[in-house]
Amino acid sequence: MTSISLRDDAPASAAVPPAAPRAPARSLLRRLLANGGVRIGGVLLAAMLLLAVAAPWLGTIDPNAMDPANSHLPPGARAEFTTLAGDSFDRFFPLGTDSMGRDLWSRTAYGARISLSVGVAVALGSVAFGLVVGMVAGYFRRLDGVIMRVMDGMMAIPGILFAIVLVAVWRPSLLTVILAIVVPETPRVARLVRSVVLSVREEPYVEAAVALDTPTWKLMLRHILPNTVAPLIVQGTFICAAAMLVEAVMSFLGIGLPSEVPTWGNIMSEGRTHFTSHPSTVLLPGLFLALTVLAVNMLGDGLRDALDPKFKARGG
Amino acid sequence: MLHFLLRRGLATAPVLLIVAVIVFLLLRMTPGDPAAAIAGDAASAQDIARIRAQLGLDASIVTQFVHWLGQVLRGDLGYSFFYRMRVTDLIGQRLEPTLSVAAVTVVLTVLIAVPLGVLAASRRGGRLDRFIMGASVLGFSVPVFVAGYVMIWLFSMQLGWLPSQGYQRIGDGVGPWLRHLALPCVTLAVMYAALIARVTRAAVSEALTEDYVRTARAKGIAEWRMLLRHALANAAVPIATVIGLSVAGLIGGVVVTETIYAIPGLGQLTVDAVLSRDYPLIQAITLFFSLVYVVVNLLVDLSYLLLDPRIRY
Repeated sequence: MTSISLRDDAPASAAVPPAAPRAPARSLLRRLLANGGVRIGGVLLAAMLLLAVAAPWLGTIDPNAMDPANSHLPPGARAEFTTLAGDSFDRFFPLGTDSMGRDLWSRTAYGARISLSVGVAVALGSVAFGLVVGMVAGYFRRLDGVIMRVMDGMMAIPGILFAIVLVAVWRPSLLTVILAIVVPETPRVARLVRSVVLSVREEPYVEAAVALDTPTWKLMLRHILPNTVAPLIVQGTFICAAAMLVEAVMSFLGIGLPSEVPTWGNIMSEGRTHFTSHPSTVLLPGLFLALTVLAVNMLGDGLRDALDPKFKARGG
Repeated sequence: MLHFLLRRGLATAPVLLIVAVIVFLLLRMTPGDPAAAIAGDAASAQDIARIRAQLGLDASIVTQFVHWLGQVLRGDLGYSFFYRMRVTDLIGQRLEPTLSVAAVTVVLTVLIAVPLGVLAASRRGGRLDRFIMGASVLGFSVPVFVAGYVMIWLFSMQLGWLPSQGYQRIGDGVGPWLRHLALPCVTLAVMYAALIARVTRAAVSEALTEDYVRTARAKGIAEWRMLLRHALANAAVPIATVIGLSVAGLIGGVVVTETIYAIPGLGQLTVDAVLSRDYPLIQAITLFFSLVYVVVNLLVDLSYLLLDPRIRY
């Protein structure tokens, strides 16, 4: 959650790989798959993605269907479920039910959709914004001072706090939650991109392109942008993991998405009041969240080792 | 030294100014009229207009900002809508629990993480190293609130060793104070220890490749002594840097931890302020935490002087 602003500023990433020689795609894939963390993380993440995409077909019912008569069923219970509309059916509850008698397996499966889409959307969003800001700051030296001071100011506000305050101001919805997490993450990406641009702009091939009167937009796209790809993939992965945590924290605190939306944080938040009598309501969705974040982090570690051989050599 | 302090202090001024602008604009972005919010539902149009004038809301936004900044600099952060008291007093009341949680967590983290990181670096590539690093990925992947509930379940509900709720003032005795802090601080420390162990390992590994380490080994120095005196001493600066930077995450973690363990500190105040849309309080807390973050990192910069005698400002 808290981990939002941690790793990207660690000294490990202070030295950005300056224009690593581009490896052929196949050998890169082989190097990636040679990493045990990538294999485990990849399989775990694939399972979670499947859970999210195939949620309607995995033996789930409407995640908001409730039957107060069946509240707090233990995991693995079987019961007669009667919806408020009066339909009745026999059902097996793999994860049990919550205090309103909603099926926790269905809520958890649909919750995967929210977590993963927030993670991916925030990663893409902050990489996109950070890329633009960082390229402009790194290339147009006159704007650099102003832009980076603003970024420093944004970074001085602790990330989760910033996101919480933004959601409070904007009113929670999926889009505002995503944007609220994107805003504090953007300066970190911008800083990374700027440092790559600064190191690349002194390279002879950039000087040659400038001497040949290459238009600025072309120079940026053809010569500078490709150098940012590898560090951004790594950074984006870690942002994805951090964003899922922040979203869950916001839901958990009752500040994020409205409580009827089945997010892992909301399920845990609902279970909180009955934790002493029914700990599984909190612990099981928590396990899903932890496994997903773990999978993404393992993937990120592996990607960093594969894309930035120098990081490993440095003892990372 | 004094010169450095002055220059570094001045350099933080623009950062804090930008923070102030952002925090000010946040309040402006809120939907609805703050005057109407303060006046309450039963207010008449005249009441609202009077409050608008009182708050200076009819002036231009720049004038409003300058006015507000002047008040902030004089230590006047306004009144809480909800608690009907000065927000500075509110923050003061809630400071002790939060400071206690943060301080004990940092101490605990360093005590756990630095030895583990040094150990991992000294056995680099070995089974122990891989185990510690694997555990650290796990450590910072487990959400604070999940870790928190697992701790409550295990140590409070199953074993009955520690209280899971509330806070005892340090003035009422160190024993009860520590007992109430144990679970929240261990919960928070899990994540930070994971992070700092990784950085320690990286920094110590790097120091171990230096010539002075080879020289020390050639002289036949004991391995543990070499690790502490040569490798760790040279790795102190990056470790201090990460501890400083991770304060931002710690603040976020404190918000969550205080909610789980019902600790009446600034974190809980933050959640309450957001839930009741108490904007002056939200503003003040955001400013306060940002100031803490900036000051801590200033102190970390200064600590380089102690940690690395080669650094002279």
